[in-house]
Amino acid sequence: MTGHSHIPKVGTLVAVWAALVVLTGVTSAVSYIEMGEFNIIVALLIAVTKASLVVWIFMGVRFTTSLTKLFVVAGLVWLSILILLTYSDYSSRNWTYQAQPWSQGPGNGPATK
Amino acid sequence: MAETIVPVGEEPSAEATHLRHHFASPEQQMDAATLGMWTFLITEVLFFGGMFASYAVYRNIYPEAFASTSQYMNVILGGTNTAVLICSSLTMALSVRAAQLSQRKPLIWFLILTMIFGSIFLVIKGFEYHDKWVEGLVPGLHWGGYPEHPEFAHHAQILFFLYFCMTGMHALHMVVGLGLLTYLLVQGVRRVFHASYFAPVEMIGLYWHFVDIVWIFLFPLLYLIGHRR
Repeated sequence: MTGHSHIPKVGTLVAVWAALVVLTGVTSAVSYIEMGEFNIIVALLIAVTKASLVVWIFMGVRFTTSLTKLFVVAGLVWLSILILLTYSDYSSRNWTYQAQPWSQGPGNGPATK
Repeated sequence: MAETIVPVGEEPSAEATHLRHHFASPEQQMDAATLGMWTFLITEVLFFGGMFASYAVYRNIYPEAFASTSQYMNVILGGTNTAVLICSSLTMALSVRAAQLSQRKPLIWFLILTMIFGSIFLVIKGFEYHDKWVEGLVPGLHWGGYPEHPEFAHHAQILFFLYFCMTGMHALHMVVGLGLLTYLLVQGVRRVFHASYFAPVEMIGLYWHFVDIVWIFLFPLLYLIGHRR
């Protein structure tokens, strides 16, 4: 019940701003280094860090009620369901189907060759 | 209009705190507003999440075609816009702080600064859109056939379509945000906000920060990944 009255310090806000600017520079600089798959991982890690800073300090989730925190986390869980399940579906669609001894072919499960 | 400035040391009146009869206290009303705003923001997260999911799926299906588009993204302009939005988030947070402290003039100036940063973002975005149009990179309306990589001419359009959808929806949110800030500015000038009533400033601040977060993800995904190739 008490979070509404929290007044952030100017220093805290400016420090978060500085961190966000530095991280923007870092993510831009790192993107010029060829790291293969790690480029997207590093870029997303930095983006998640920046977003967490904004949510936690600028948006003041740190000082909100537990119920609000629960809602925020629930939203992120649903977002991960949306992206992870969709992505795993599409990225596994062209995996080859291997007929198993218990496969029965057309009309009763996936077709066998 | 009623004078709503609360004298120091006095309990603010129900009128000054805009307390509605179905809430027990201004604190409870504020907690309810915060929860409601976050519920709305979560629907926004999932709305943009659908576009991020399709981005992930299509980048996985056509990785080379998507990588080839990065050379047409202006990293300097995109990076500048990222910094501009981060600055606008700082001035927005300072606006909320000024309202919490009943500081009318800082509130007004930080709101104006936030609107200036937001407008700079949209102007830069407009220049980028113009470049895309001139280069014939607008699928459906002005597609130049992608002469540098004719083999990707079909699939690269998917990325540019996603680019215009995602940055376009983001820019639309910025325009809405500028409208909301205009409302805050008018109310701030009319002395509506003070230490006992600043919920609209804080809620619109949450919205503004959310729009910033969307761009924090759009910038690396659209501008940075694969641009060195």
